[in-house]
Amino acid sequence: MIRVKMIYFAQAREAAGTKGEELSLDEKSNVRSALSRAFEAHPKLRQLEKAIKVALNEEITQEDAPLKEGDRVALLPPVVGG
Amino acid sequence: MDDDAGGTVLFVGTIRNQTNGKEVKGLEYEVYRRMAERQIAKLEEEIRMRWPIKSIRLVHREGKLKVGEVSVVVAVSAAHRGEAFDAARYAIDRIKESFPIWKREKFRGGRYAWAKGTPIQSHSASAPTTSEPQTSPRGIVRRRTRSLVEA
Repeated sequence: MIRVKMIYFAQAREAAGTKGEELSLDEKSNVRSALSRAFEAHPKLRQLEKAIKVALNEEITQEDAPLKEGDRVALLPPVVGG
Repeated sequence: MDDDAGGTVLFVGTIRNQTNGKEVKGLEYEVYRRMAERQIAKLEEEIRMRWPIKSIRLVHREGKLKVGEVSVVVAVSAAHRGEAFDAARYAIDRIKESFPIWKREKFRGGRYAWAKGTPIQSHSASAPTTSEPQTSPRGIVRRRTRSLVEA
């Protein structure tokens, strides 16, 4: 098993009801598996599924990116800085 | 200020008192600080590669701000005004579209609503991640301060 840190921002944080949490996943898990687990745990997150981008260790990533112990997976709703 | 700089462009973004005709009382920025600080360093590096500028500073606020307060500062100096304007315009556009920043607007009666955003654009720059120390004031600033940009 590996442990990854899920981090939720803005609308995703509100939908999940938490800023973040640790997930235990099988070895050879990818970003998609982490997202599936997050959606299972927090069904409200599904409403944001299409709008959300994912950052893996602070870089925008794809769903097939492999995960390793200690990775940070952040859910980023549409942004609006400035 | 560099002696070989002939022009400095300063963009200062402030909190407006309305959005789409609705009165805004203030707003609150949420920032993925760890990612945003890396993005700032990378964007400064990218701009230095693209334009012959002398110096650049990017600052974005975090947390609660009132109407009229400064939310973002872009400062660019260059030998000539053209590249300073171009680089500053590019910087503020990138900050708006590719930084992990969200804002909740506060309306009358204390109601908050998330401002509509756009999907975050990933950085196309191939610039290496710099690990240089983030000397203040630079990057993401939470503390209340009157002077965001020092000489």
